[in-house]
Amino acid sequence: MLNQDPLKYRELAAKAVEDKQLHRALAKMRDKVGRNAVNLYNQLSPGHDPRQDAKAVRRKIVDNLDVVLETLSANIRARGGHVHLAETGEDAVEYCLGVARRFEVSRVVKGKSMLSEEIHLNDALEAAGIETVETDLGEYIVQLKGEAPSHIIAPAIHYTREQVGELFAEKLDQPYTDDPPTLTAMARKALREKMLTADMGISGGNTACAETGHVTIVSNEGNIRMATTMPRVHVVLLGIEKIAATLEDHDILLRMLTRAAAGQKISTYVSYVGGPRLPDEPDGPEEFHLVLVDNGRSRILADPDFREVLHCVRCGGCLNVCPVYMAIGGHSYGSPYCGPIGAVFTPLTRGINTCHHLCQGETLCGACKQVCPVDNDLPRMLSLLRSKLADGDRRWDVRRQSLPTKLVFGAWSVIMRHRRMYDALSVMARFGQRLLPRKNGWIRRLPGPLGGWTRGRDFPPLAQESFADRWARRDKTGRGA
Amino acid sequence: MTKPKRVTLFIQCIVDSCFPAVGEAMVKVLERQGLALDYPANQTCCGQPAFNAGYRDEAARLASHYLDVFEDAEAIVCPSGSCVHMVRHHYMELFAKDPRQLDRARRVAAKTFEFTEFLVEVLGVTDVGATWNGQVTYHDSCHLLRGLGVKDQPRALLSGVRGLTLVEMTRSDECCGFGGTFSAKYPEISEALLETKLANIQATGTGAVVGCDMGCLMHMQGMIRRRELPISVHHIAEILAGEE
Ligand code: SF4
Repeated sequence: MLNQDPLKYRELAAKAVEDKQLHRALAKMRDKVGRNAVNLYNQLSPGHDPRQDAKAVRRKIVDNLDVVLETLSANIRARGGHVHLAETGEDAVEYCLGVARRFEVSRVVKGKSMLSEEIHLNDALEAAGIETVETDLGEYIVQLKGEAPSHIIAPAIHYTREQVGELFAEKLDQPYTDDPPTLTAMARKALREKMLTADMGISGGNTACAETGHVTIVSNEGNIRMATTMPRVHVVLLGIEKIAATLEDHDILLRMLTRAAAGQKISTYVSYVGGPRLPDEPDGPEEFHLVLVDNGRSRILADPDFREVLHCVRCGGCLNVCPVYMAIGGHSYGSPYCGPIGAVFTPLTRGINTCHHLCQGETLCGACKQVCPVDNDLPRMLSLLRSKLADGDRRWDVRRQSLPTKLVFGAWSVIMRHRRMYDALSVMARFGQRLLPRKNGWIRRLPGPLGGWTRGRDFPPLAQESFADRWARRDKTGRGA
Repeated sequence: MTKPKRVTLFIQCIVDSCFPAVGEAMVKVLERQGLALDYPANQTCCGQPAFNAGYRDEAARLASHYLDVFEDAEAIVCPSGSCVHMVRHHYMELFAKDPRQLDRARRVAAKTFEFTEFLVEVLGVTDVGATWNGQVTYHDSCHLLRGLGVKDQPRALLSGVRGLTLVEMTRSDECCGFGGTFSAKYPEISEALLETKLANIQATGTGAVVGCDMGCLMHMQGMIRRRELPISVHHIAEILAGEE
């Protein structure tokens, strides 16, 4: 994974806003999926907001996570699967490596797992001398390129087919083509070979169901079915929160997920996996492992202000309507979780100070909340994260970001509560602004931190007479405001 | 809310200091509706800039000031959706742990209205007797639209203006990239959003954009002036105050 540094947000974003091709690709996603999601929810039950049902389901599950996790584990074990609760990312990685060693694995086929990006699993496997191949087409492309995914569900959205053609020609030793079916066939052939010879399959899961003890993986290519059933051992990596309690809840969430993610009523493939091959079954792995990864999630769970972010079903819907994401693309966020959900989730798991740009580099426009299938109030949480940066917070190990800014806002709040001071300051500012360069009345360059505004935009001058002045004059003379 | 006789004006800081004409236009429209107007002289800002930047204690102090100033008003009207959104929603967050202030905030929030919302919902008018010749397009400000649910009211008022044609732009509800301090802190991103917005406005061929929030409008106008684009920018009050 390259460029995984959320502190480079501004720098990377500044580059990405120039990338016309990126914008064309993202705009397609926005117009096709983003703006249709809400219509699709409405079709689910006309006149009723199914997002609220999904939200209630998620809340109930997350509030009772311990019980749900226990039921899930018991049901998986009853079917002969292994369950491991990993407190940290390293713990989860270690566990996967342990299984790989026991099976003397030299090749892993993998797919559908954001979590493996979160815990840097590929790097660890490769370091252990194990070849790791992504089987999802988009992820495969990104992997061949040596990059990180740029969208939660469409990881290679930032590539054109011409670029994919060039990449395949170079890496797969094939004649150049930019015909999508031919490219898909090329990838399929390369991947099939890998899948037939892999000893271990690793996958994520879109959701698990505690009641039935299974993990559900949705896909539109079907590769994941092979990756999870052909190798001798299959390991599922799942965030502890991605669970449904009952089959009924599971169905409600699944239907919302595919609508929000891809504008589909249901995806082409829905795989239910949940244990090793039984004696009377024709296929499936010899061993099945479910690794439930915490990696900072129980800390979020313990904070009632942020718990809501664990309701997220990782549909990527919020990305597709976010104007900031549309302008800067996924890589700018320096984290596998990008867009509005990343801007909330990443700081909470990687440190709020480290990710201060993610908390602050959004406009709080609210489009993400409106489209989210579980109605997550991301703007509320973003604004709360900012308040931690403003004042520091022991519980979240946040250092105050800027004392000078704090003092400025402190002084400002005093002035703004005293109209006389405010007016006196306005008089001074009105004189002061004469020193600033102007064109057609508006200010061309502002000093200090406000200079960012005038980089590409003019700023309005203070009027010679404020509304308050005009009103006072009118009270006296009957004219004016 | 029943139709009030007296309306108290809340002229937020940027209208007060940079765009007083917008406040005056609102006054004209409200007076034509036969309302008596009040303007408490010690009002300033609702606290939104501090709140959005994360400075909640500072915002709460201004929120308390707002409550002191406006507590006794019959109805409060403001020419800005985002300030009203601040009062109506974020004050509750700020005072969540202070039952006395929370109670005051609830009462004051219930009588604080955005200008177009007030005209249509409270006064029940969509034709204010205005005339304005030409075509315009309308920008939905984020907090007004998604925060207060005000979408049809300004459009209804615009269609009540004689001589005016409203031409919808693509994605009128997409953020213009203002976002308060965001616009100065992340200028590259903010400008990128604004460019998209301006392109959508220009694509309507109207040459004029109308909105209900001076924050967004000054942001748009900032780039329009810098680049000398042929787009005129209007607060809706200025259009509604237009006479034959
Ligand atoms: S926050 Fe909502 S919209 Fe965004 S990925 Fe999660 S569930 Fe989907």
